Amino acid sequence: MSLFLIAALPFLGALFPGLLIRAGRDACALAAGLTSLLAFVGLMTHAPAIFSGEVIHARLDWLPQLGLSANFFLDGLGFLFATLILGIGLLIILYARFYLSRQDPMGNFYTYLLLFQGAMVGIVTSDNILLLLIFWELTSLSSFLLIGFWKHLPEGRQGARMALTVTGMGGLSMIAGMLILGHIAGSFDISEILQNKDTIQSSDLYLPALILILLGAFTKSAQFPFHFWLPHAMAAPTPVSAYLHSATMVKAGLFLMARLWPVLAGTDAWFYIVATTGLVTMLLGAIIALFKDDLKALLAFSTVSHLGLITMLLGFGTKPAAVAAVFHIINHATFKAALFMTAGIVDHEAHTRDIKRLGGLRHLMPVTFTIALVAGLSMAGIPPFNGFLSKEMMLEITVHTPWAGNHLVVPALATLAALFSVAYSFRFIGHTFFGAKRDDYPGHPHDPGLGLWASPALLTVLVVVIGLFSGSVVGPLVQVTADAVTGDYPKVYLKLWHGFTPALYMSAGAVAGGFALLMMHRRLDRAWADVPRPEAKVIFEWIIARATYIARGLTDAMHNGSITRYAAIMVVFTLAVSVHAYSSGALGRPTRQMMDIGLLPAVGWVLLVVATGCILALHRNRFLSLILIGIVGLIVSLSFNYLSAPDLALTQISVEVVTIILMLLALNFMPKDTPVETPALTRLRDGGIAVAAGLGIAALAYAMLMRDFSFDSISAFHTENSYKGGGGTNMVNVILVDFRGFDTFGEIIVLGIAAMVIYALTEAVLASKVRAYLLNRKPDMLMVGDAHPGLMVVVTRVMMPVALMVAAYIFFRGHNLPGGGFIAGLIAAIAVIMQYMASGFGWAAERQRFPYHGIIGSGVLIAAATGLGAWFNDVPFLTSDFGYVHIEPLKEFELATAALFDLGVFLAVVGAVLLALESLARFAWQPGMGTEHAIDINPARDDLAAVNKKSEG
Amino acid sequence: MELLVASAIGVLTAAGIYLILRRRTFPVILGLSLLTYGVNIFLFATGRLITGAPPILNKYADITYADPLPQALVLTAIVISFGMTAVVVMIALAAYLSARDDNINMTNTTEAGEEA
Repeated sequence: MSLFLIAALPFLGALFPGLLIRAGRDACALAAGLTSLLAFVGLMTHAPAIFSGEVIHARLDWLPQLGLSANFFLDGLGFLFATLILGIGLLIILYARFYLSRQDPMGNFYTYLLLFQGAMVGIVTSDNILLLLIFWELTSLSSFLLIGFWKHLPEGRQGARMALTVTGMGGLSMIAGMLILGHIAGSFDISEILQNKDTIQSSDLYLPALILILLGAFTKSAQFPFHFWLPHAMAAPTPVSAYLHSATMVKAGLFLMARLWPVLAGTDAWFYIVATTGLVTMLLGAIIALFKDDLKALLAFSTVSHLGLITMLLGFGTKPAAVAAVFHIINHATFKAALFMTAGIVDHEAHTRDIKRLGGLRHLMPVTFTIALVAGLSMAGIPPFNGFLSKEMMLEITVHTPWAGNHLVVPALATLAALFSVAYSFRFIGHTFFGAKRDDYPGHPHDPGLGLWASPALLTVLVVVIGLFSGSVVGPLVQVTADAVTGDYPKVYLKLWHGFTPALYMSAGAVAGGFALLMMHRRLDRAWADVPRPEAKVIFEWIIARATYIARGLTDAMHNGSITRYAAIMVVFTLAVSVHAYSSGALGRPTRQMMDIGLLPAVGWVLLVVATGCILALHRNRFLSLILIGIVGLIVSLSFNYLSAPDLALTQISVEVVTIILMLLALNFMPKDTPVETPALTRLRDGGIAVAAGLGIAALAYAMLMRDFSFDSISAFHTENSYKGGGGTNMVNVILVDFRGFDTFGEIIVLGIAAMVIYALTEAVLASKVRAYLLNRKPDMLMVGDAHPGLMVVVTRVMMPVALMVAAYIFFRGHNLPGGGFIAGLIAAIAVIMQYMASGFGWAAERQRFPYHGIIGSGVLIAAATGLGAWFNDVPFLTSDFGYVHIEPLKEFELATAALFDLGVFLAVVGAVLLALESLARFAWQPGMGTEHAIDINPARDDLAAVNKKSEG
Repeated sequence: MELLVASAIGVLTAAGIYLILRRRTFPVILGLSLLTYGVNIFLFATGRLITGAPPILNKYADITYADPLPQALVLTAIVISFGMTAVVVMIALAAYLSARDDNINMTNTTEAGEEA
């Protein structure tokens, strides 16, 4: 099976449980299980190749410019981890089916679980560190969802947040480290990087890269001092703890260290950072575990300790140590997952995980007891179980590992950790299952059904089999993994009996000491409770609170809610940057001749400047400034016309009309004057900023206008191909509907969205308390006597067909002469707005048959359909086509798909403009505003009606 | 001619920025409109100025044309600025009607009120 498919299967499968939950919990679990099984089988099809030493590659260039490729590869190490992830995943899916209660949303659970599984498989099979980072972050996210699965429990939510914060921060630093690593190696492909050991280790950037990457690995694998999140993550349902926090996710950090072992390991920095951290974590975790009463907390700290053990082995940097690490990864996954599931069973049946309330369960739960006994002894490192083998290997290696020249410290501390490990393992078994039967269990403990104990039982069988027949069962797997980690490992020997070695004596001492420790547990426990210890959660929360406080202070200081200030800062900053650019750059000589100034432009300029000046002087009178801005708009459109841009002139002038009407509508409800608020000094300062910016932009514009392009512009292409390729002589229109059709397509969508935003805001405002205010509002200005003067009504009605005719004309000629969909749409909209204004909102709304949303939508759809049509002719989206048709008695005319696209533009513009204005107009609506007689040509009618009423009465 | 256009851009920009720095929504909207004019003319002017040469192909003569590309860009810019103005006007109106205040800056009292 393709590696792509193996990595993608869990993600695809994640869709099903969430949907299938309606078909029942079994269907849901089955879907999740079958997906995992399929991926597992797919993985196993590669087993023969892997065991014969091959490496399987699957490559897909994604963003080659960034060095980001979706490359996957599978070697021994990836195979081992993928097997663990998918194999244990299957067992967990079975276990969870029976563990979760009816109230739990099982569909969500399996969806999250499969997402996590996919992310993990992605990590271990990625051949590109950028791709790996993406999967890495995905595991953090999906584990957040899983830890916080019981949303109603505060511990669950807090634990999930803590895990996400710690592993997420580590992930961020790892991204930095990985980028540095890729930079040194010159490639982001892992198989490339692994070839460059010498380059990497001799680089100055080796140490920063190492530290940053290790931060990511240590946080993920709960190494001291980041170990504290793991116990808190135990608030998750037990299947999650068993899967994420013993077998898979916490091993991702170890995987990464193993993956990069060939290029990062072997230096002093690596040894002292990694081995020391591992040693401290191993010892600390083991000690704390002994004093935890919660079964899962005990197992959590034990996991921390074992992760430390593996980290330490990887840190030693020698090949035998790496082999022992790999072997222990397998062993730990088997016995620890089994133990977690046992703890879950005890919790499930006895309704408590508190060791102090348990005991004597061996009589009530014999099956569970057997599983716990075997797995627990393996954790303690008792022969003949698999934990013993790897622990022996570890102890043997520590004997030969000096730390800063001292030969005793590592073996002594390792033995001490082993001693505590024996003690807590015995405690787990002894205090839970041995002792007298009690009669005060919160529940009624008994062995669960097969569904719940099958998974841990299977793992326990592995524990025994690996222990007894290590060489033949897992020997080849360890061998290929060791080859992958160390490059090439001579021959792995795994066996139970090594003879009377120092490790055996250390082991024996640890077992005896551990047993003695357990005997004294009651007294030690009391002493432990009296010793003040730093509580990680408190420190963590203090740091978070401080960080939040500082962040909030910083945000408040910068964002004080004064938009004026933001605008001022933006302008001043832009100005400063421009001044810097100007003073540090060189300006060439002018290359263009200045054009002569005619009388017309001079008049226009004076009008524009005077109108703008008047706006500034009179802006407190809002109506007046609206009229003045109309003058500015008019001059601007005239200048477009004068400067050879007829399309722009047409657009500008029609937009001008619509904008002014819009502003008038809004002004109806707003204060008509602007009060003087700012002191003269502030206004002077603002004026200074504005003048400086204006001068700057004027100088920039002048400098640009007096020079030609430094490089050839792409305009020549458009001029040349407008007719040949687009079939139109109006280049601007051809660019809009053809060359840059995709931009235009996006633009009409934006316009539609803007109109919808206005509509939605109107709905929201009119549904609020504002409505009452609007309904009772008295006009704040004198109203004209007649809201809908007859003359205006008649004129606009007559003009309506004419205006629409003009719109149609402008639309059709657009491809070859100034015009087109935009302008035609604006003109058509104005034609309709005239009716609203003259005959009233109610009258127009009654005659409005198509909702404006629909018009916008159909416009966008027509444009899209035109674009899609190109696909049916095997050309890219929005490629246009055109031809010439001759039908008597008409002249020859052109038919272009671009015209259809332009129709979409037309409709979208009409709909958007009208929806925006109609929404605003709805604010003004008050009951009794409409009149039945829209053309009020008989002013005496009301009197007549009154007379009639009187005569009837 | 170039000087006229450049200075007009400068005047529009300066007036626009001054009005944007006012405290009430309406002048700010006016300022945005003025700034939009300035920016649009600037973008249009990147095609350099030319009179009497609209970018309409002439089949019969080989003549120079105005640069069509900035014109097409500015055409969409004009329509989009209408959309933007409409949304801003709407927000300003809704804010005024809801709070009965058209000051654009958050005062400290309202901020404290939100925190509480």
